[in-house]
Amino acid sequence: MTQSLLHQILDYANRADPYPLYEELRRTPVHHEGGDGPYVISTYYEIRSLLHDPRISSDARNLASQAGDPLPEAPQGEGALPPGFLKLDPPEHDRLRRMTNRPFGPPHSPRRVDGMRPELHDIVTGLIDGIGDPGRIDLVEQFSYPFPVTVICRLLGVPREDEARFHVWADTLAASLDPDPDADSAERGKGAHDARMQLGMYLAGLIEERRKNPGDDMLSQLATAEGEDGPMTTMELLSTAALLLIAGHETTVNLITNGMLTLLRHPDVLERLRTEPRLAAPLVEELLRFEPPVQLVPQRTTLADIEVRGVTIPKGAALWLVLASGNRDPKRFTDPDRFDPDRPDIQHLGLGSGIHSCFGAPLARLETQLALSELARRLENPRLLQDPPPYRQNAVLRGPRELQIACDGIRP
Amino acid sequence: MRGDGALERLGREGRIVVVGASLAGLRAAEALRDEGFAGSLTVIGDEPHEPYDRPPLSKQVLLGRASAGRTALPRLRAVDATWRLGVAASGLDMAAGLVRLADGDEVPYDRLLIATGVRARPWPQEAEAELDGVFVLRTSDDSAALARRLDAGPERVLVIGAGFTGSEIASACRERGLPVTVAERGAAPLVGALGGVVGAVAADMQREGGVDLRCGVMVTALEGDASGRVRAARLSDGSTVETDVVVVSLGATRNTEWLAGSGLGAGPRGIACDAGCRAFDIRGIVTDDIYAAGDVARCPHPLFGYQFLALEHWGNAVAQARIAAHNMLSESAERVPHMEVPSFWSAQFGVNIKSVGVPSMATEILITQGSLESRRFVGVYGYQGRVIGAVSFDHGRWLPFYQELIETTAPFPPPFATVDRRPGGQRPVDADFPDPSVPTHGPTVTLSGYSPADRRTTFTPAH
Amino acid sequence: MPLERTDPVVRIAVDLNRCQGYAQCAFLAPDVFAMHGEEALLYVPEADEEQREQLARAVAACPVQAILVDAVDVPAEAVSGAR
Repeated sequence: MTQSLLHQILDYANRADPYPLYEELRRTPVHHEGGDGPYVISTYYEIRSLLHDPRISSDARNLASQAGDPLPEAPQGEGALPPGFLKLDPPEHDRLRRMTNRPFGPPHSPRRVDGMRPELHDIVTGLIDGIGDPGRIDLVEQFSYPFPVTVICRLLGVPREDEARFHVWADTLAASLDPDPDADSAERGKGAHDARMQLGMYLAGLIEERRKNPGDDMLSQLATAEGEDGPMTTMELLSTAALLLIAGHETTVNLITNGMLTLLRHPDVLERLRTEPRLAAPLVEELLRFEPPVQLVPQRTTLADIEVRGVTIPKGAALWLVLASGNRDPKRFTDPDRFDPDRPDIQHLGLGSGIHSCFGAPLARLETQLALSELARRLENPRLLQDPPPYRQNAVLRGPRELQIACDGIRP
Repeated sequence: MRGDGALERLGREGRIVVVGASLAGLRAAEALRDEGFAGSLTVIGDEPHEPYDRPPLSKQVLLGRASAGRTALPRLRAVDATWRLGVAASGLDMAAGLVRLADGDEVPYDRLLIATGVRARPWPQEAEAELDGVFVLRTSDDSAALARRLDAGPERVLVIGAGFTGSEIASACRERGLPVTVAERGAAPLVGALGGVVGAVAADMQREGGVDLRCGVMVTALEGDASGRVRAARLSDGSTVETDVVVVSLGATRNTEWLAGSGLGAGPRGIACDAGCRAFDIRGIVTDDIYAAGDVARCPHPLFGYQFLALEHWGNAVAQARIAAHNMLSESAERVPHMEVPSFWSAQFGVNIKSVGVPSMATEILITQGSLESRRFVGVYGYQGRVIGAVSFDHGRWLPFYQELIETTAPFPPPFATVDRRPGGQRPVDADFPDPSVPTHGPTVTLSGYSPADRRTTFTPAH
Repeated sequence: MPLERTDPVVRIAVDLNRCQGYAQCAFLAPDVFAMHGEEALLYVPEADEEQREQLARAVAACPVQAILVDAVDVPAEAVSGAR
């Protein structure tokens, strides 16, 4: 029996290389398999235009039918956190994002991210120094996971030693984002709900503590800030903190791992990066195009009937925007399946676009630039031990579960 | 003519002259080389400076974050041109194919691009305009002089005219802590470009920013002291403003006087050209060797009833420069029209204002997202049942959507729900543009005439 | 005309029609770019040699590729030929 295209894309067997399936998907720019199933958009210009379309909502409450909703919302019972700004529309989205930005970026904190550069460098150096046997390295376990987690903990003011506790919650919540049609959605919804509650309780304790003894971390500043929008409510603060912690956990790890995997598959580019540190910035942009850590945005819905390429998407329909497919659209990018950091015009969709574009983008960029440059510089003759590597289950937040590599030694 | 080799010869050894060494002139020169033009290229500019960017002159420079002499435009490629800077073009001989320069020189051309732009409209009373402390702001030198005076800490700055430039100047002065009075003939700032509904928001921003804003008044006279320094301004409401710096911000005049008597269709409203930037002669016949781009050009726009639009917009200069460069080297079948939807931006009082389309053509406005009160919103402009423009205050990421509505002549009012439509944004209201017969500050868009075939169109060269 | 410029500079212009205020440049090159309010961008139109590297990061990261910088050596191309 042949699977539907959507099932094939979500099928774990195709995780290592979904790109041929995306190519097939692009033949029908508005793909709909019927019923309450999502309308899947896969071509660059259509995705970009929908990301800027005010008739598209990020708030799941606007879905006409929750029955066909592949994203089980946590039940809004007692103790449940309200959705973070990722799943809200303006004006609430704008207000919360603005308040969250206050201690993070310009105009109020213009040097926070740039100022972390030395610290990031030290963390990277420490992790590379700590690699034991160069003949067998799991890059995920030993580098790509601990690096961004340490960074987000420091930035937020979450004790690094609590990582083991919230790692489980973060994983569960990230998995709940995965529109796996075969998983038991009630079961998963319950798991996500529990994880969200426990994470919320953990963060509530931490925030209480930060209110008493504020530091220069973001949680302290969010908990005590009094900007033009006033303070966040405790519930808003908890949702926001949870969002930042999970997003800081589950995306950059994939970007760094995908990056090293891609470089090891393109040794000429790896060698160039070793000798031309300036290549790092455009290289990371090309990577965000070529292997984006968030493959698709599965949580949008239409507030009105919308016509896209001659197809009317009805009001209340679920909409999936396949960013990773748009990034390989030959109508936008010449020779799209080629990894080429010298592309003159890399306007990728890897971090989204419009008002929901990735909040942590500058940090992710900086982390990945540093990580890849240092790995390229210090690992001597690195090579893949397994290609393709085993992937994580998640089709949305796609990346290797482990990346076994070897090298001849570690340069100082 | 096709196939006679003339175009190939032009591309190989022709002479192209660009008059105007600002944004449009530079980008056109670059585009000509991009298009493979290998002949001789001469760029003529009346200012002694190499091409520079103007938007920073009313923002960064007045804020003291950049110096006026250092806003030169980046070079996107080598152009290998002969630069004749610091000498104005003074005449055009279309029959002989040459440009006369103020120093008596003559420069022959096979193709000519005119990108002479605009200049600030001076204070009309010449003696008063000469007073020390009276400024306009258009050129790098203007900006340098004004910035120097602001550095000296004047008692009060009077800005005459609350269009975009005037409002930006007022904003920069307030940010520097200087007392500012703004006198605007219309009912509110920006009213000519964006209408009274949005103008009221701009007025609130100014007042909240500490500007002494006076609307519905004209400055009738500037007074100087014995040493020739400006010291006060008289207003039409009988009041007097004591001031030692006056910035006259009354819009711009197109630099077309040098074309008087040349036979080219050039006048105070600009140089009329076709949608491919080819200039018309005064008989209404399109020339084949003279092109115009940037602020000085007026082109018919198919989206806006083929009206001739003259746009003093940065993006317009860049787009027309490329189009003119391409078309002057192309066979007629390969020529491309200028079809970009007009767009511009302004930053003032900490708010980013962006616009697409031609709001000033509209009669109605609907706030489709956000709210006027929060100063974060999108307003859509309607004219005869269709969307003709849009404006955003700190909502720029949504504008591409509205640009698509303009491009597809979508119906007005837009019937659909949006993510942030407030109760106040359910019904369109009168956009409240001033009566066009009452002049305010200079508009940033002028519309005049109709399709090229329209007999009523007349071109009056300046005298 | 001989050029008196001695310090190598990079000239910058931002196409603010394209700019949508993602602020990546202001995060990554805070010496050159600054947000003025939530969405408006202010930048230094000339960067000096020390800022060249952070400028390059900002140019690469701009999601709408709105930052224009010199592609050719300035003194060589600035102004040449007869006056």
